[in-house]
Amino acid sequence: MKRYIRNVVVCAGLLGVVASAAMIHGSQIARAAEEKNAAASITIDNFSFTPKEVTVAVGTTITWVNHDDVPHTVVSPDKKFRSKALDTDDQFSFTFTDAGTYNYFCSVHPIMTGKIIVK
Amino acid sequence: MGNIIEENLNPDGIDRRGFLKCMAWAGTGALCVMQGGVLKSFAFGPGGKIDKAAMKGDFAFAQISDSHIGFNKAANPDVTATLREAIAKLNGLPQSPEFVLHTGDLTQLSKAEEFDTLDQSLKSVRTGGIFYVPGEHDVLDDNGVQYRERYGKETKGDGWYSFDHKGVHFVGLVNVMNLKAGGLGSLGNDQLEWLEDDVRHLKHSTPIVIFAHIPLWTIYPEWGWGTDDSQQALSYLKKFGSVSVLNGHIHQVMQKVEGNVTFHTAMSTAFPQPAPGQAASPGPMKVPDEKLRSVLGVTDINFIRGKHTLAVVDSPLAGG
Repeated sequence: MKRYIRNVVVCAGLLGVVASAAMIHGSQIARAAEEKNAAASITIDNFSFTPKEVTVAVGTTITWVNHDDVPHTVVSPDKKFRSKALDTDDQFSFTFTDAGTYNYFCSVHPIMTGKIIVK
Repeated sequence: MGNIIEENLNPDGIDRRGFLKCMAWAGTGALCVMQGGVLKSFAFGPGGKIDKAAMKGDFAFAQISDSHIGFNKAANPDVTATLREAIAKLNGLPQSPEFVLHTGDLTQLSKAEEFDTLDQSLKSVRTGGIFYVPGEHDVLDDNGVQYRERYGKETKGDGWYSFDHKGVHFVGLVNVMNLKAGGLGSLGNDQLEWLEDDVRHLKHSTPIVIFAHIPLWTIYPEWGWGTDDSQQALSYLKKFGSVSVLNGHIHQVMQKVEGNVTFHTAMSTAFPQPAPGQAASPGPMKVPDEKLRSVLGVTDINFIRGKHTLAVVDSPLAGG
């Protein structure tokens, strides 16, 4: 099932590239294609998400890794994504397929907040 | 007894300065006695002596907190061993606690086997019963379903409840659920309405003891050490002559007296945390192995009827 979903996401990404090709010139098409499988990581250290705010391209997969001795979570208050409790060295990944601004926080320690901007 | 840190001598139970605090940092014990509205606070370090006869009351209960069963990192690789030592401390108290409050973070990761280990250990506490409130570590991933199945069958909502013991009204509150992004601990409207109703019928002279995991006073918001709607809860308690609030979460002893309310936080049985702002984060603090048992401990509380007296003693596992 997971593989099926990933294929759908890839297809959607390709469709997006094809659709864009009609409107934008070559160099941007190349950039979009490169970033389709882009990845970024955010670390959790000392009760903080680092970097606290990141800007990524549509299609980027972000992975959070918890380095604290304390469990944390990665939760979108808008229910876009939600990790289970991440113990030390556990990680959580989510692929951002839509442009937008995504605020999130640790539901265990809500003082911990972060933001993903997808363009 | 030369190390009195603060003293308030107003005889009416109201602190005219509106604010008085005494703090005892990790490594010492603290004794706070309120008698006839006179609050005396003492800090005593290794070798310090306290007059136990002056504190003997009508009944005693105890508080333990933050056992974090399942934690195994550098700050304490064997939290089950230190919990057992805390239990031995409780069982060795001069006045046996009629019951024990555990103010949450029973486990590290809300795992069934962690709860099982805790339950197994606590069976050896010699007391009439143990009352619980959850910490944020006890409600991970399941909104507290397992916690309530084990400890909260008779409770309301997310696990709040009250009971009476020898004329004192005890209220267990839950402030670790449904937390809002950027916020602190939270009680929520349902629980606040219940609390208002729960205390409405009580006489003003009824002593009240509130217990919850996260402090119900703002200690250090930068680390989330406070509860967003605690003022609302406390507003329902203004009419009472004596209100005591017992919390855990911050793994160190801290106390504040404000008007009719005494706030007190307990040591952990598992690992210490830094004083507010004294480290990069509030996470587990590694101390030298030989110091660990001086910063873990238990709290026992003696209630002395007729004098509005609540004597709170924090005892480290060792070195106190």
